[in-house]
Amino acid sequence: MSEKESTRRQFLAITVSTAIIGVAPILAVPAQATPDTLAAAIREVVGGSVVHTGKVKLEVPPLVENGNTVPITVSVANPMTEADHVKSIHIFNEKNPLPNVGNFYLGVRAGRAQVSTRIRLADSQKIVVIAKLSDGSFWSTTADVVVTLAACTEDVI
Amino acid sequence: MAALINVPPKAKRGDIVEIKTLMSHIMETGFRRTAAGELVPRNIITSFSCTYNGVEVFRADLFPAIAANPFITFSTIATESGTFEFHWIGDRGFAESASASITVE
Repeated sequence: MSEKESTRRQFLAITVSTAIIGVAPILAVPAQATPDTLAAAIREVVGGSVVHTGKVKLEVPPLVENGNTVPITVSVANPMTEADHVKSIHIFNEKNPLPNVGNFYLGVRAGRAQVSTRIRLADSQKIVVIAKLSDGSFWSTTADVVVTLAACTEDVI
Repeated sequence: MAALINVPPKAKRGDIVEIKTLMSHIMETGFRRTAAGELVPRNIITSFSCTYNGVEVFRADLFPAIAANPFITFSTIATESGTFEFHWIGDRGFAESASASITVE
């Protein structure tokens, strides 16, 4: 328990110092997605298409105490008609060991382009959400989340 | 293994109904280590799907970044009375399903 306490304290110290400096540091996590792998994961979904900003709304708490379960809701301001609807919603992150979080495939029958789930965040980081529309265009938004207790890579107790 | 499903029992034709699903699962990321330093192998649900009277209306690919006991909320248009079937597929041969019925007036 005491070992756990000390790592937690160290982590808090790092978090606090980060807040003071105001810059996101790259912590020495054994494996983590880098902006490069994030870009690669996004490219895998969008191909060479242009990703527009807008339409997508991402609801996530700006400050998270426990990164093990972070509620997240994504909605897309777009009609859900046969001619114009949201086909899929893709959630990415910047600093977890893997850049992908989840892919959600909807269709006309969804009626409303909204999905909620709970995710894990290994560090304070940026979340990227991309929505694919039926006309082939991609829309995105991002949100920054501060995490005080990290998930994914912590020791098994 | 237990699934929790929340589907409104009744709806008017054309209404958008919200479906909430929760499947109990550890969602072991494969990035954690034991005290001895060994990597704990990945054990997650990789795929979730929902069919409405046999037609797929929602599907999701899940990654280790989905929290334990995956909770997914989505919506569909109530078109006709019938059954929703939910399927979760994961590592180590994990396969669970659940169903819920709806009456559309």
